[in-house]
Amino acid sequence: MSASAPGSATVDALLRVEDLRVSFPGKGWRAPRVEVLKGVSLDVRPGETLGLVGESGSGKTTIGRAILGLVPVRSGAITFAGERIDRVPARRRRELSRDIQVIFQDPYTSLNPSLTVGDTLSEPLLAQGYGAREARERVGGLLDRVELPADAAHRLPREFSGGQRQRVAIARALAIGPRLIVCDEPVSALDLTTQKTVLDLLVEIQERTGVAYLFVSHDLSVVRFMSHRVAVIHRGEIVETGEAAEVTAEPRHPYTRGLLLSAPVADVAAQRARREAFEREYGAAAT
Amino acid sequence: MSESAPAGAPAPPPAPPPAALGPARRTGAVRLLLRHPLGLASGAVLAAVVLAVLLAPVLSPAEPGVSSLRDAFGGPAAGHPLGFDSAGRDIVARLLHGGRNTLGGAVIALVVALALGVPSGLLAGYYGGWFDSAASWAVNLVMALPAMVVLLASRAILGPTVWVLMVVLGFLVAPAFFRLVRGIVASVRNELYVDAAKVSGLRDRRIVARHVLIVVRAPIIIQVALVSGIAIGLQAGLEFLGIGSGDTPTWGAMLNEAFKNIQRAPLLMLWPGLALGLTSGALVLLAAALRDVLEDRGAAPAARRRRTGPTTITAPRSAGACAGLLSVRDLAVSYALPGGGEREVVHGVDLDVRAGEIVGLVGESGSGKTQTAFSILGILPEGGRVCRGSVTVEGEEIVGMPERRHRELRGNVVAYVPQEPMSNLDPAFTIGSQLVEPMRCKLRISKAEATRRALELLRLVEIADPRRTFASYPHEISGGMAQRVLIAGAMSCDPRLLIADEPTTALDVRVQAEVLGLLRRLQRERDLGVLLVTHNLGVVADLCDRVAVMKQGRIVETGTAEQVLHAPQDPYTRKLLGAVLDHVPARRPWQPSNAEVS
Repeated sequence: MSASAPGSATVDALLRVEDLRVSFPGKGWRAPRVEVLKGVSLDVRPGETLGLVGESGSGKTTIGRAILGLVPVRSGAITFAGERIDRVPARRRRELSRDIQVIFQDPYTSLNPSLTVGDTLSEPLLAQGYGAREARERVGGLLDRVELPADAAHRLPREFSGGQRQRVAIARALAIGPRLIVCDEPVSALDLTTQKTVLDLLVEIQERTGVAYLFVSHDLSVVRFMSHRVAVIHRGEIVETGEAAEVTAEPRHPYTRGLLLSAPVADVAAQRARREAFEREYGAAAT
Repeated sequence: MSESAPAGAPAPPPAPPPAALGPARRTGAVRLLLRHPLGLASGAVLAAVVLAVLLAPVLSPAEPGVSSLRDAFGGPAAGHPLGFDSAGRDIVARLLHGGRNTLGGAVIALVVALALGVPSGLLAGYYGGWFDSAASWAVNLVMALPAMVVLLASRAILGPTVWVLMVVLGFLVAPAFFRLVRGIVASVRNELYVDAAKVSGLRDRRIVARHVLIVVRAPIIIQVALVSGIAIGLQAGLEFLGIGSGDTPTWGAMLNEAFKNIQRAPLLMLWPGLALGLTSGALVLLAAALRDVLEDRGAAPAARRRRTGPTTITAPRSAGACAGLLSVRDLAVSYALPGGGEREVVHGVDLDVRAGEIVGLVGESGSGKTQTAFSILGILPEGGRVCRGSVTVEGEEIVGMPERRHRELRGNVVAYVPQEPMSNLDPAFTIGSQLVEPMRCKLRISKAEATRRALELLRLVEIADPRRTFASYPHEISGGMAQRVLIAGAMSCDPRLLIADEPTTALDVRVQAEVLGLLRRLQRERDLGVLLVTHNLGVVADLCDRVAVMKQGRIVETGTAEQVLHAPQDPYTRKLLGAVLDHVPARRPWQPSNAEVS
């Protein structure tokens, strides 16, 4: 490991994001830029899952996209294995895809509907210079790894359910053996039972390969299940970071407390207590 | 570290090349086209025309330019089936060779248009930025030019050859391709699978070739058929006006010559006219057939909507009497299959909602919970119908009820809160007008009275500044606010039964908690019966008195929320509860030892 992390002043972080700012042009003539991330800092260690929790519009997805180079960074630094990657040339960015991969939220639009699963999976392999034959052989292994039948390679995405498609997306992310996978709400479009099996698969893969996850979600319980540490983002700023057990059970920041108290639990008595606490604290739905 | 690649799994049997599927799908499209009656006919006509024109030197009985004045206006003769034109030239020969020039001209125009329009459209759509602005500006300019005037001017400047004119024409129709390609590419660029390809390390060139071109292929083919028809027509028009290269035979030039002698030999107009008409007609029809085949592939033929549903109402009427507000007995819903026949998606559901009671209908996607809710509301989508069973609301049978009576019932007795608040508000109207209009229509009250009630409703659903929200457009309010507005709308005619289909699924948890609180308050204050369709067991625990669990169109378990959540009987319910992550322990803290083990 030490060979792959030259000048490891950053003790053991695989990914380090410091004071990241991202803004988009405002709508309309000379409108001010809309600042989506207002100085976000976080780090992910090798083999670790950092959960990133926030509501819609909090900027949690933008962090992932900035790390992947899909949105321009306004200021701040993103360091991966000791190397600045926030402003790298296109060629280096393509090389980085060996190490940094993604699983998107929507398994319906993240797979090209007109390509077979086999074509989709061999794409990253071909891009990294594998021969067509070798790529094809590895596709079989990938399907096996995400527990899909081998004949899935010849079928189109529309023949699969949401959970199966998400498995294909996971296989694509795993294809070149990355060190970090940005998981952008990977289970929020899935049914409850499917969600559980996909999460189990992700944990199992992590334990086997030592891949690190930046796990973006709006669901505290999903994040608790997946993460070693959790960061809470609110309106473009990280409001709280800590061990998963602490942040998701006894949060310190009032915003996180609100998130926790407003998430309903499938237990009538516990939920009644939780709801009363929420209404006491936030005065919502005055009766 | 690159050795940690995931293919450590046992070597799989080598798969046959995935590329083998590509051509198979394409022949599928061709076969579909041949099965399409219009496509087959127009394709055959075009193929015949093109073949004849290509084989002109072989087929034609004489040279097109050879004239014998003796035969001028001569009728059919041996070896000259259509006779001779005004200069004594063989008409068949002129048609065949003229077709070469006419179609060849169209091909030139097309090639120029494609070469200019498609690459620039791809670039502008994919990269956007300054090139997009500049290209779009230039294209708008070209489109603003009157084609005829430009063609006439270019003939004056560049000389009277058909080929040059066709190049100019290609330049003039290139914007059609540019705009088509740019529009499609710009929308594909934002697809997640293109982002995924970028993250996979693909070069832009490869992304365009693999992910983008596939999408624009079909529209381009269709556009080619249309544009070639236009090019042929325009070219013939120019030649007919005498603006072409004087002596090359073309269909337009033949028309022009025939027109000069229309008094003497009107039949001369017929042959070139027929050739032009057949070719352009076939092209337009082929474009239509291509559109059907390439763009709507897989779409089911629209099933005719059947108004009144049931074949049998099997439920005993007496059951409804005691059941209270809503009673569903043995409800089955089926959908017409595209190839005829029906598929049942809900198989005999029993469900009761009493006044003042919140009943949860829980299930995963495809379990039929929304279909059940839609049948109660009588708003099943096209092709769907209640094929069995009975639904009574306040003792009144809904299945088979005339649409007009059903419409009265909706709103006054039964109200609906949908899943996606934003897509259920019309972006073109203010919130206020969307609340006021239904009330004026349903309650027959004045506009002022309806406005007063609308503001009251907005206050009822805990909107802080009702007046401002009343005057806002849907895009100006948040999702949670929009859902409150829809609940206000549902409450506007004081219903007895509220059917809420995943009312909080699209909302953030904090907003969800508030909306759930609002629903609970409304239900208590107004003694409302609520049927809450949801997949979230936490929402059930929060709100519901009783729960019905649905799986594959059947109810597998019913009971109070406590019973179902704490002592589930059915294995499926247990499986659902087993997947709930509320009480799973957090992961153990990260250990450096498990970092990069391989």
